[in-house]
Amino acid sequence: MDNHRSKHKSIRTEKETSRQHRNELWYRFKKNKGAMLGLFIIVFLVLVALSADFLLDYKTDVIGQNLKERLQSPSLTHLFGTDELGRDLFFRVIYGARFSISIGVISVSIGLITGTFFGAIAGYFGGYIEEVIMRITDIMSAIPSILLAIAIVTALGASTLNLMIAVGVASIPEFVRITRASVLMVRNQEFIEAARALGVKEWKIIISHVLPNALAPIIVQTTLTTGSSIISASGLSFLGLGVPAPAPEWGSLLSAGRKFIRGYAYLTLFPGMAIMFTVLAFNLMGDGLRDVLDPKLKQ
Amino acid sequence: MSKENLILEIENLVVNYELEAETVRAVNGISLSLEKGKIVGLVGETGAGKTTTALSILKLIPDPPGIIKNGNISVDGQDIIHASIEEMEVIRGKDVSMIFQDPMTSLNPVFTVGDQIAESIEIHEKISRNEAFKRAGEMLEMVGIPASRATEYPHQFSGGMKQRVVIAIALACNPKLIIADEPTTALDVTIQAQVLSLIKDLIEKNNASMLLITHDLGIVAEICDEVAVMYAGRIVEKGTLEDIFNNTKHPYTEGLFNSLPNIDDRNAILKPIKGLMPDPTNLPRGCSFAPRCDYCTDICEIQPENRMISHTHSVACSAYENPEFSIVRGSK
Amino acid sequence: MKDIILEVKNLKKYFKTPKGMLQAVDDISFSLERGKTLGVVGESGCGKSTTGRTVLRLVEPTSGEIYFEGENIAALSKKALMKKRKDIQMIFQDPFSSLDPRKTVKNIIAEAIVENKMLKDKTAIEKRVLHLMETVGLAERLINAYPHELDGGRRQRVGIARALAVEPKLIVCDEPVSALDVSIQAQILNLLKKLQKEMDLTYIFITHDLSVVNYFSDDIAVMYLGQIVEKAPSEALFDNPRHPYTQALLSAIPVPVIGKKKDRIILKGEISSPINLKDECRFASRCIYADEKCKSKSPVLTEISPNHFVSCYKPLNF
Repeated sequence: MDNHRSKHKSIRTEKETSRQHRNELWYRFKKNKGAMLGLFIIVFLVLVALSADFLLDYKTDVIGQNLKERLQSPSLTHLFGTDELGRDLFFRVIYGARFSISIGVISVSIGLITGTFFGAIAGYFGGYIEEVIMRITDIMSAIPSILLAIAIVTALGASTLNLMIAVGVASIPEFVRITRASVLMVRNQEFIEAARALGVKEWKIIISHVLPNALAPIIVQTTLTTGSSIISASGLSFLGLGVPAPAPEWGSLLSAGRKFIRGYAYLTLFPGMAIMFTVLAFNLMGDGLRDVLDPKLKQ
Repeated sequence: MSKENLILEIENLVVNYELEAETVRAVNGISLSLEKGKIVGLVGETGAGKTTTALSILKLIPDPPGIIKNGNISVDGQDIIHASIEEMEVIRGKDVSMIFQDPMTSLNPVFTVGDQIAESIEIHEKISRNEAFKRAGEMLEMVGIPASRATEYPHQFSGGMKQRVVIAIALACNPKLIIADEPTTALDVTIQAQVLSLIKDLIEKNNASMLLITHDLGIVAEICDEVAVMYAGRIVEKGTLEDIFNNTKHPYTEGLFNSLPNIDDRNAILKPIKGLMPDPTNLPRGCSFAPRCDYCTDICEIQPENRMISHTHSVACSAYENPEFSIVRGSK
Repeated sequence: MKDIILEVKNLKKYFKTPKGMLQAVDDISFSLERGKTLGVVGESGCGKSTTGRTVLRLVEPTSGEIYFEGENIAALSKKALMKKRKDIQMIFQDPFSSLDPRKTVKNIIAEAIVENKMLKDKTAIEKRVLHLMETVGLAERLINAYPHELDGGRRQRVGIARALAVEPKLIVCDEPVSALDVSIQAQILNLLKKLQKEMDLTYIFITHDLSVVNYFSDDIAVMYLGQIVEKAPSEALFDNPRHPYTQALLSAIPVPVIGKKKDRIILKGEISSPINLKDECRFASRCIYADEKCKSKSPVLTEISPNHFVSCYKPLNF
């Protein structure tokens, strides 16, 4: 008992306080098995993506053709088999993680930054500004996101960067909505009024009081959207609107394997599974984060 | 006092909330009995265990994490602790009913108030829908709302009116015991006066008994016959109104009175109780109030026994080991 | 000569709602002497909180003048207002929502000092924060605690320290103790009284609890549906309430003394909607003394004995 007491009595430094807070969140996150599995897969994929350049030589291992060994079934030498040009599918899938994950992360950042900015403004100031922002958001979300992305890619041309922009723009409306809703809840709390009474400037109130308190649902949304962005990006690549050949983006791999699906199903199976596991991992982690961060579920 | 005369008897009730990291000791051995026709006030501050005690009587403690560790509860001679779920469903609403603090959330917004009153009647009495609805109208009249409003929805009523509806639901099946958990705290003072006098009248008229949970000693003085003062999950003092208000014995009760502004003497200085409520996961050894008590001595390290001062008045304070001991209430 | 710190004249605040104009504050005037406390009492929806917030211009008044030390705050530009804000502060009701859950006690108290550039040096700021914490009775060890680690009473102390940080002259206290337990409530009330004496503070004390306001205020204004119906020195108001509503309000307080059965006046009905009010006495529908005159024209606040103002055609007398 005394031990417990003294822990509370001693003066904690600022760093210790915030560390303790983080430890609590981490403790709750750790208890969620699904979330931990998701985190594990994501960390693994990121490591794979980062080390792909050291392990593989892009020119020879990934896009180098070897027609002698074309369309081989999975074996010990070629774990996932080879494609119609004799390229090792395992290497290509591994290298594809780079594309998929960077497309996911960058496109989500586009959506996150733009969406949070406009959502926060709409939620905090209300009135006319809110009306305008929200109606534009409505219009954007009325267009099917894949169609919107197709339109953007067609207009700007098929490249990796344009693919990221297209997928990112399509995710903006969701971020605007979620930020606005979350800001609305925080905006009416008394501590915002207190800050205003103390003479704190509006923009500073938004940055230092409103956003930090509105962050939890945005973080969850970011994780979940990363998963769906990877799907959208793969979908666009599948349609030939994304990363141009011969780069081994997972969607392009699926598209390329499609022609051989009857005889050589593994060509579509492995890239498909890569997409599935990645998205699943992001979703699991998103759900876990929601449990950890959502104040309503806290005891 | 014969047992037959008791509508509620709680013996040595212990309730814990067992969380992963710690155990919250909400109620730590409470004994309380309630005679038929009486109104007993259960007084205490946030975290004293009042609401947990009330929920235990209806076996409504959220489980997990709440566990009734020990003790007996009987309502009109019927054992509650060992009652089955089916038996409890019969007891709730019919023998014992509860009035909650917040009238805004205790009514279902998608049903009319008439339907909600009729529902509780239908559950316990075998009568037709129409008859139940007619009874619901009568109940509304009884709490001072025109029966014609039975077809309206809760949002069409004001706060005080909603609480009247909640009272009508609670009284619909003529329960023998009503547990009211801060029934007027959410209401304005003039509305509170209306609702309190209504509750008191109805209890008398229906020959029911009531356990009134409140933090407001003013309300207790107004409608209760007996009072039990709770602190940190224990009853520290118990007695008739007269015993508690005019013959205060426990230092905590004294502190409560001294913390209240005196309406007749605006220059009286408030004497707050020093310090804070103890952490229920980490209660001090012995008397829980000792760290905040001005009279605390070494003997307070031992859990004080309940001591009968008179045949109605009991106090749990070791200071009374010393026959000379007395407390001073009020300072002018 | 009275040293008037605040004078409010014909203050109005209307809100547009789908049903019509909500007259939250409707033409109220009062003045307040330096170092004194004005208690504002009334039931929920009577406009007392809106009044307090309008004085700080946290809510923009629809019309009216607010003279603070002779300067009309209501007419100040945003920029000039920012400078003036320091002088008037607020203590909030809810100790849970009035502190930013993501900031430590130190950051909460220091924010205003930094924002108003009162101190620049880090150690000086920390010293000032510690001093303020001591003033409100918070232990030094809590400097890096988060609000959720504190109980209601301590949180309210943090809120008070935050308000004091900018050295205000007037503090609007909006139900500062109604969310607290009685024993803690008394601690906070005593603290506020002590601070007033030490720092020559002026308070507007908004509450629904009449026994608290009696203990705390020099003058009391009773509000009903956006208007002041009676204003008088506390003693006069409690001993000799002249407005039927004040009388009913006073008689409804449950007193913790047994056998003190007062002639309780139980009001019929409830407060009516503050939307699109007619020109009549707003209390008329619940008043036992009301007659045709009360329902045809609204009475005005008039001084019926020195410093005792009532807005009623037939002020009661005892």
